[in-house]
Amino acid sequence: MSDPLLEVRDLHVDIPLAHGSLRAVRGIDFHVDRGELLCIVGESGCGKSLTSLALMNLLPSRARRRAAALRFAGQDLTALPERRMADLRGNRMAMIFQEPMTSLNPAYTIGNQLTEALTRHRRVTAAQARDRAVHLLERVGITAAASRLGQYPHQLSGGLRQRVMIAMALMCGPELIIADEPTTALDVTIQAQILHLLRELQREFGMAVVLITHDLGVVARIADRVAVMYAGEIVETGRVDALFAAPAHPYTRGLLACIPVPGRTRPGEMLGSIPGIVPSLTGNLDGCAFRNRCGEARDICARTVPWGHGAGGQAVRCVNAGVA
Amino acid sequence: MLRFALRRIAVAIAVAFTVSLACFLLLHLSGDLATAIAGPEATAAQIDTVRRQYGLDRPLAVQFGDWLWHAVQLDFGRSYYFQDRVIDLIASRLPVTMILGGLALAFALVVAVPLGVVAAIRRDSWIDRLALLIAVLGQAMPSFWFGLTLIIVFSVQLRWLPASGADSWQGFILPVVALGYYATPAIMRLTRTGMLDVLGSDYIRTARAKGLRTGTIMFKHALRNAIIPVIALAAVQLGFMLGGSLVIEAVFSLHGLGYLAWEAIARNDYPVMQAIVLILAMIYILLTLGADLLNALIDPRIRVR
Amino acid sequence: MTDTLSLATHLPPRSLLAGALRRVLGHHGLMLGGIILLFVALVAIFAPLLAPHDPYAQNLSRRLIPPIWHAKGTWEHVLGTDKLGRDYLSRLIYGSRLSLMIGLSATLISGLIGTTLGVLAGYFGGRTDAVINYLITTRLAMPVVLVALAVASLVGGSLQVVILVLGLLLWDRFAVVTRSATMQVCHGDYIAAAQAIGCSTSRILLSELLPNILNALIVVATLEMAHAILLEATLSFLGLGVPPPAPSWGLMIAEGKQYMFFSPWVITIPGVTLLVLVLAINLVGDGIRDASAPENRN
Repeated sequence: MSDPLLEVRDLHVDIPLAHGSLRAVRGIDFHVDRGELLCIVGESGCGKSLTSLALMNLLPSRARRRAAALRFAGQDLTALPERRMADLRGNRMAMIFQEPMTSLNPAYTIGNQLTEALTRHRRVTAAQARDRAVHLLERVGITAAASRLGQYPHQLSGGLRQRVMIAMALMCGPELIIADEPTTALDVTIQAQILHLLRELQREFGMAVVLITHDLGVVARIADRVAVMYAGEIVETGRVDALFAAPAHPYTRGLLACIPVPGRTRPGEMLGSIPGIVPSLTGNLDGCAFRNRCGEARDICARTVPWGHGAGGQAVRCVNAGVA
Repeated sequence: MLRFALRRIAVAIAVAFTVSLACFLLLHLSGDLATAIAGPEATAAQIDTVRRQYGLDRPLAVQFGDWLWHAVQLDFGRSYYFQDRVIDLIASRLPVTMILGGLALAFALVVAVPLGVVAAIRRDSWIDRLALLIAVLGQAMPSFWFGLTLIIVFSVQLRWLPASGADSWQGFILPVVALGYYATPAIMRLTRTGMLDVLGSDYIRTARAKGLRTGTIMFKHALRNAIIPVIALAAVQLGFMLGGSLVIEAVFSLHGLGYLAWEAIARNDYPVMQAIVLILAMIYILLTLGADLLNALIDPRIRVR
Repeated sequence: MTDTLSLATHLPPRSLLAGALRRVLGHHGLMLGGIILLFVALVAIFAPLLAPHDPYAQNLSRRLIPPIWHAKGTWEHVLGTDKLGRDYLSRLIYGSRLSLMIGLSATLISGLIGTTLGVLAGYFGGRTDAVINYLITTRLAMPVVLVALAVASLVGGSLQVVILVLGLLLWDRFAVVTRSATMQVCHGDYIAAAQAIGCSTSRILLSELLPNILNALIVVATLEMAHAILLEATLSFLGLGVPPPAPSWGLMIAEGKQYMFFSPWVITIPGVTLLVLVLAINLVGDGIRDASAPENRN
């Protein structure tokens, strides 16, 4: 088994406050193999966006990142000076953001912003860069691509802008794409198209993708593997079919119960909900963060939480999971 | 786009003449012009003669209408004091003021914009505080006093630069600094605020995610967006500086438009005064119009409208 | 990401006043400016008690004595004397009265004019707004110093004339700011919401408009006061402001101008006091703006 393309061990992201600090990401481990699509799913505020920014070292200046290991293609990212990191960004690892309406510079043309992504990292002529931009725009499904190069971002719709962002991420042929909720800000019909596009491109170019989302529907549609995040921790991770068939962690089970499934959920039936609220991420956080809302919590949950295995082979952070 | 510009020019002309009307009314209603011109020693008969001689006995509306009619043809009459045509006087003095104003604005931009950019990038550092200090001092200092202090330091004690006159280019250095310093704080602050806003925006994050170099991000992506409001401000500041150049020209004995206005006021030379007010108002309005047009050129979002 | 950060503001609730006080005291500029301003105000109020000499008393045998840090200085005239032998320190102290009075009065007048125009424009909109906008543009296009000088030369320079002229010319920023503040309030959704639950328009405007405008008004008022003080100094320097023998700081600079090459302190001292006063007022204005802005001042 070859080494994973991206390996993350014990990643922490802390945000210092006036008193103490907010521990937004609390020691998570995951990996992504070449050509595989990992979804990180969780509710708002669980730390998944900060995780994606931490990978590329694009955190806001106040935030602090540390990890036991953060390796991309064998290279240790934590020890990398910023200049070398900038060489990697946009080149071998690229990122797509959530808000297409504001993620492009309004003062420059699409073509300008696309080609600069390439010319920064490769010795190509302007014409070559333009050709690649046109090629990629067509590949992401934008018609009349050549004429689009001269257009400005405000002249395009949200869905088109997001396609441009995807094309921009692909300009240098990256090995890893990190997509932070790329479809959340789009209409439902466009969402499906963009997801489908991402899946296709991933298969075609053999890229690894880390897709951040809060929508289990997205996960079901395109993920190979899933990691479920809650309150800054990963509580369950495994293959997508195993997770949906037999979710092991109480939180995952709670999430799945909340979703109405056409065909299975009967009309008038009460949808599930998870009682309680997400705990504060400042202050003391021993044991399992979910225990206050969990129907199966035991005394030991307040102290330590071991990793176990679920029925489908997924790793679960729960005392109740069978240790097989 | 053309219709937009034409409409603005029409408004500009209307405003300029409203300014003239306001000035005309303020002057004629503040006091008796004939008495002022005739002087404190004049007899009633002499004052009457002056009144008739300068047409000051006609109704106000007629006086203004007459002036307006001639002004549109660029005929501003003759100076009471100099006996030359007003238009000639203005034409001979205007270049000095334009040069002074232009150089002062250039000075302000060269100092304020880089300072604002660096202050934004290195927020809360010593250079940020220094920039803020310069801004705060610049806004609090009376410009005439700054001019005098510059003279004391650089002309008298260090003897590097001449104290007055436009004979040589060195004579322009101190007045340019004194006048330009007036606009520096506002421009610096706006640049800094604009950069701080822009640096926090999503497209800068995208630029970083593409692995672009810091210089590219700062100057190509950030500054280009941050500078847009600064241009409008620069135009307005230039307008203010031209209007306020009177003080600097008086302190440094530069024979520009402001100095001419100063002389005219001292000598109750109303045709000159009226004409200068109109000219300065027109320049200000044209500057703001130019700034709007420049904005439309630079910001593609405005253009399409 | 924003949600995680917003979770971080789980600070214990405090009273509104305590919060405001904390912000005021924590803002160094505001504190510094406030202290200086208070000091100057006290000096102005207690001028007769503080001034060692009569500011108008001339003594031609004691002309141009340098300040105390010079070799020829004397403790009797701590800051020296001017060309007519008048004590500099006393004139400086009485001059503070002049500056503050002119600043306050002119700001009051221009504030009344500007606020009225601004509120009318913002509230009624449409034609009224267009007309008032036109007036504002006209005022901005006018070279203020020139016009002020011209009027002053005709009417004759005096304290009242200066205050009146400044008050009639400096209302533009008041109008602009109150206009936009009024428009924001009037066209905000919460006005419609309040009307939907039955509040009368006038009550809404009084309870919503006034507090919102007050904030911006105070900031503009301080800045315009500084502006007025500087303009008066300029007018007096050019000889068309407050007439001699008044101890206007601008006038003191003008009177000292011919001696400045040999006795630079005659213009340095009043200039520095002007600078410090205007600086203090600006700091207070900026500080109020910062301290009352929503939590984006970081």
